[in-house]
Amino acid sequence: MAEPLLRVDRLVRRFGGIIATDNVSLDVAAGELHAIIGPNGAGKTTLISQLTGHLEPHSGSVSLAGRDITYLPAYRRCALGLARSFQITSLLLDFTAADNVALAAQAHAGTSFRFFADARKEKGLRDAAHAALDRVGLAHRADVLVSRLSHGERRQIELAVALASKPKLLLLDEPMAGLGVTESQRMVQLLQELRKEVSIVLVEHDMPAVFALADRISVLVYGRVIASGDPAAIRANEDVKRAYLGEAHVVTHHG
Amino acid sequence: MKTFTVAKAVTALMLAGLVLLPLYSQLSGNIFILTLFTRVVILALAAASLNLIMGFGGMMSFGHAAYLGIGGYAVGMLAQEGVGSGFIQFPVALAASATYALVIGALSLRTRGVYFIMITLAFAQMAYYVASGLARYGGDDGLTVYKRSDFSGLINLSNRTQFYYLCLACLFGVVFLIWRIANSRFGLVLQGLRSNEQRMQAIGFPSKRYQLVCFVISGMMCGLAGALLANNTDFVSPAVMYWTRSGDLMVMVILGGMGTLFGPVIGAVVYLLLEEFLSQLTEYWALIMGPLLLLIVLFGRGGIMGLLGRLQRG
Repeated sequence: MAEPLLRVDRLVRRFGGIIATDNVSLDVAAGELHAIIGPNGAGKTTLISQLTGHLEPHSGSVSLAGRDITYLPAYRRCALGLARSFQITSLLLDFTAADNVALAAQAHAGTSFRFFADARKEKGLRDAAHAALDRVGLAHRADVLVSRLSHGERRQIELAVALASKPKLLLLDEPMAGLGVTESQRMVQLLQELRKEVSIVLVEHDMPAVFALADRISVLVYGRVIASGDPAAIRANEDVKRAYLGEAHVVTHHG
Repeated sequence: MKTFTVAKAVTALMLAGLVLLPLYSQLSGNIFILTLFTRVVILALAAASLNLIMGFGGMMSFGHAAYLGIGGYAVGMLAQEGVGSGFIQFPVALAASATYALVIGALSLRTRGVYFIMITLAFAQMAYYVASGLARYGGDDGLTVYKRSDFSGLINLSNRTQFYYLCLACLFGVVFLIWRIANSRFGLVLQGLRSNEQRMQAIGFPSKRYQLVCFVISGMMCGLAGALLANNTDFVSPAVMYWTRSGDLMVMVILGGMGTLFGPVIGAVVYLLLEEFLSQLTEYWALIMGPLLLLIVLFGRGGIMGLLGRLQRG
């Protein structure tokens, strides 16, 4: 079998007495959309943070395209082709949408120790920014300050920022969080498009979205992966039904 | 200038005033005003340099006066040792400031927030006590600079008007540089870090490197102000590094408008003129100055520049 794009091997992270990540192993093949689901507090964000380098694991390893990145700082992982979106929108609010995205492009286009030339006039960066904004359908909002954009638009900018760094692997931490029904649908459509170009790890609460999008799903409960497989297998898995899909199913069974 | 704004008009008026000041001084025979404004321009330069790290970089350095002293002592000590050439004194002043900034910055940038403020303050106080201990160079009493920097006929620093214009040119040059830096790749990264450091790391920027380089550039600019200041007063003493002087610089920046290009210059002009004016009225001028500054900071968010902006919008 070919080397997977991302391999997580027996990752452990504790907070005091709580084991937030408990021997988690999973891998993501190139071109795959791998969803991670789990109830609140299952340790999804903790896991993502260890993948992006914002949190160090206590043991285990993470490798990207065969290279061990377990202890690399976030900015180095980004240079290797790992991009993320944040669960709680994290953008430069006092910058325009285009500036936010252009900075991500700038990080991957030569040195930023240039002190004199106007960076906003660099055609390459501007074009990259507009292409990424266009990709998420926000080209018309390019020159608006992010602080003036709606929540839904900011979620889309998050995605554009991640795309602008031309990543191999996109880590999306609940891109649907807080979106309305139509906005969610638009996001699902967008992800359908993106998955053709880039491998994606998707952490998401929105079950219909996950089952519509994912090639494979890993289910995280109390920091452990209790099941991993394609959507049909996960839907049929009894452990998952009990632990996650939960009471609703139990009720329908009894009802 | 694409559109007219009150802030721009005020800035333009002030700059024109600064340029024409020696003419007025000559015509009216008022020499004092030129001396006063030479000091204003030099401290405006120092405030502008502080604004680069504070306003654009989001790093609250509370030890910026140290560079005034380092630049000043570079000039004073070299003069004392018989090296009178400005072509040596000024580069040494800049190099010494850069070295100090590099070391202090590398250590201070391991901390954030209040700790950063405290550690920069602590280092500046250390510099203050080191200078106080330099017995050979006057110690506590300071060091008289008997001869101003010699630029071998290129410019005569003992000529008031020439010296004033040298200081003004330095100020304009530094503001121009800051303007270029603010819009450059480097400047955007810097302002991005001010806005959201975690995000900037996630898109691939190692934050400390950029902040440290900014710290060094800013320190060198302020070192230049220090070298000019020693020439202006013909004297340098540990007092220029005292923490209250760092506080003065901070107040000038905040008063004028943090993160704006000309805010610190306006801040320095207003602050120093107020100080001058009020101290002539009464011995207890600080009693008026304090509340006045408090009012401006409380009600004029964004300092004078912010106030002018709101004035226009009504």
